[in-house]
Amino acid sequence: MRIPNRVDSRFVPLIVTISLFVAMGTAGSVLYDGFFAPQVFLNLLIDNAFLCIVAVGMTFVILTGGIDLSVGAVVALTTMISAQLVARNGISPWLVFPLVLAIGALFGMAQGYLVQRFRLQPFIVTLAGMFLARGLCYVISTESISINDPVYSAIAQARVPLGGHASLSVSAIIALAVVAAGMWIAHRTQFGRTVYAIGGSEASARLMGLPVDATVVRVYMFSGFCAALGGVAVTFYMQSGYSLHAVGLELDAIAAVVIGGTLLRGGVGYVAGTLFGVLILGTIQTLITFEGTLSSWWTRIAVGALLFAFCLLQRLFATEGRERPPTSTAAPRSAGSPSVAHR
Amino acid sequence: MKSARLKSAASTLTQWGAAHQLFWPLLTLALLLLVSVLVQPGFLRLSWVGGHLQGNLIDVLNRAAPLMLVSTGMTLVIAIRGLDISVGAVVAISAAVAALLIGGSVGAGAEQASRFPLGVAIAGALGIAAICGLWNGLLVVKAGMQPIVATLILMVAGRGIAQLITDGQILTVYYAPYFFIGNGYFAGLPFALIVAVLVALAVHLVLTRTAMGLFVRSIGINPVASHVAGVRSRLITVCLYVFCGLTAGVAGLIISSNVKSADANNAGQLMELDAILAVALGGTALTGGRFSLAGSIVGALILQTLTSMIYSSGVPPEVNLVVKAVLVFAVMLLQSPEFRRMVKRPHAHS
Repeated sequence: MRIPNRVDSRFVPLIVTISLFVAMGTAGSVLYDGFFAPQVFLNLLIDNAFLCIVAVGMTFVILTGGIDLSVGAVVALTTMISAQLVARNGISPWLVFPLVLAIGALFGMAQGYLVQRFRLQPFIVTLAGMFLARGLCYVISTESISINDPVYSAIAQARVPLGGHASLSVSAIIALAVVAAGMWIAHRTQFGRTVYAIGGSEASARLMGLPVDATVVRVYMFSGFCAALGGVAVTFYMQSGYSLHAVGLELDAIAAVVIGGTLLRGGVGYVAGTLFGVLILGTIQTLITFEGTLSSWWTRIAVGALLFAFCLLQRLFATEGRERPPTSTAAPRSAGSPSVAHR
Repeated sequence: MKSARLKSAASTLTQWGAAHQLFWPLLTLALLLLVSVLVQPGFLRLSWVGGHLQGNLIDVLNRAAPLMLVSTGMTLVIAIRGLDISVGAVVAISAAVAALLIGGSVGAGAEQASRFPLGVAIAGALGIAAICGLWNGLLVVKAGMQPIVATLILMVAGRGIAQLITDGQILTVYYAPYFFIGNGYFAGLPFALIVAVLVALAVHLVLTRTAMGLFVRSIGINPVASHVAGVRSRLITVCLYVFCGLTAGVAGLIISSNVKSADANNAGQLMELDAILAVALGGTALTGGRFSLAGSIVGALILQTLTSMIYSSGVPPEVNLVVKAVLVFAVMLLQSPEFRRMVKRPHAHS
């Protein structure tokens, strides 16, 4: 009986997320004509590819118990740098892609260094990073720069057929690849296991001899990289660079991660859940579009309500874990009790 | 000669600075004012025009009023190890409620027509703001959520709610008496400034003349110990979140009155970040316990002076964000014991 119980408590948030997605999809299909079409579901991925990419990076940061508020701004900065270099300076996109990805990773690495080396709060560091990245966007240009490069329009229009009339965009495929890579990193590498260990208890991870410091820096670096990659996806989608692209994206990404079943305290969660979190956010938007009578702001209210529900759910699991700490795998992180090393 | 005197003056200054919490924020503000005077020679000039004071300084103080208010509430929440990132959304909600209750349409007599009396509109807006604060406080205390998470919910949903209230429009207010809150003058000074100062003074009195200050400090330093010692920490926590919501509500009234409209999308945008920054600049430890109300007020003034300076110096105003980011990084590093140790170590050798 013990083993199924353990599996249950670890997978419940994920199961809830997937069930919610299926339920919303079913409700939409029943209520609206044309909702139950493969392309409607694929469009969820196409329209939210950048959010998905960014949210995977965010998942890792949150798994360590941190947070990265700079991602939206890094996305905007990436679009700005790409647009400036490609549209105004005429540099080949194939040179610009690796460059912006490196800038994003470096940006994240710097934030990770500040968090790890000086014990600063991730919230404040990445907040300042957000200011910095948005400010740098404005330094490049306060106006939108459109990208007319043939490479961008070719990638933006390219569709990978999936049989029937269904197809996926390049960005959506990148997003799926990032999710797959994220799952592999989280569950199959030493780095991934260290991330979970830090989220469970940083002190214990340190005592176990895990490379905590290097991992924290790399997690923020990965998030910065994902944000830059998301920015590249946005440039495909919007074909422009603009300082006000992706305003508030960090909130959507955090919401997707939380709705995906990852605990904001760290240590518990799945990259696959984040994918479903993103799909749920997309479905809310699609439902509201199909409904037609509801205004766009209901999206925010619905996302807020979902966040509330999932946070309450998480608290429920956390209190359950506290009542029977020896059996629970989702024991909350509590400072001053490094008894997690009982294994 | 001069440099020696300067040096000795500097050393006494640093001694005083080590002893006094407000030293660094005040020095920063003084430096900023100095730069402002250099950029714009008439910066400090005050004049008496039409029965009230006018000048750049008054302008800075007036524009800083909403941030001063929100920073006051934020200081108390941070002092008890909390955080409220929903204040920007609450500003938008409060502005939307006030504008809705006043209503208004273009036309003759619009300047004197209000759907509800002004007092009801203000009370309604502040009531909703207090309810927002109560919601945050209950999520933190009853549901036991981390403050960032608890207030994130309202931050996400809040602007949606504000848009729901305004029906997605920018509500324009035509009712003249409402403009007094954000544009009026009382005893020669901007009314908004007076409100902000009065609120800060009242909080200061409550903190110093009653046991409240001690309670807040003790909860911030050690919530468990203070609970064991009999401090009603849960009640106080909820009350402080309500108060923080209220200050955001007042800020919303001032902002919407000042621009004579309520914009659900942009009112109080990034206010939470500015308020946290002001609090951090003022020397309040973001980990709770050690806080300075006066420091936060000075922090708010620093931010507003900086903004005004950048506007008047001809640099694109958007660069403000970069300057703010550099400021936050500097303040964070100065507050970090690890960084201080790293800086001090080479000195120990020499």
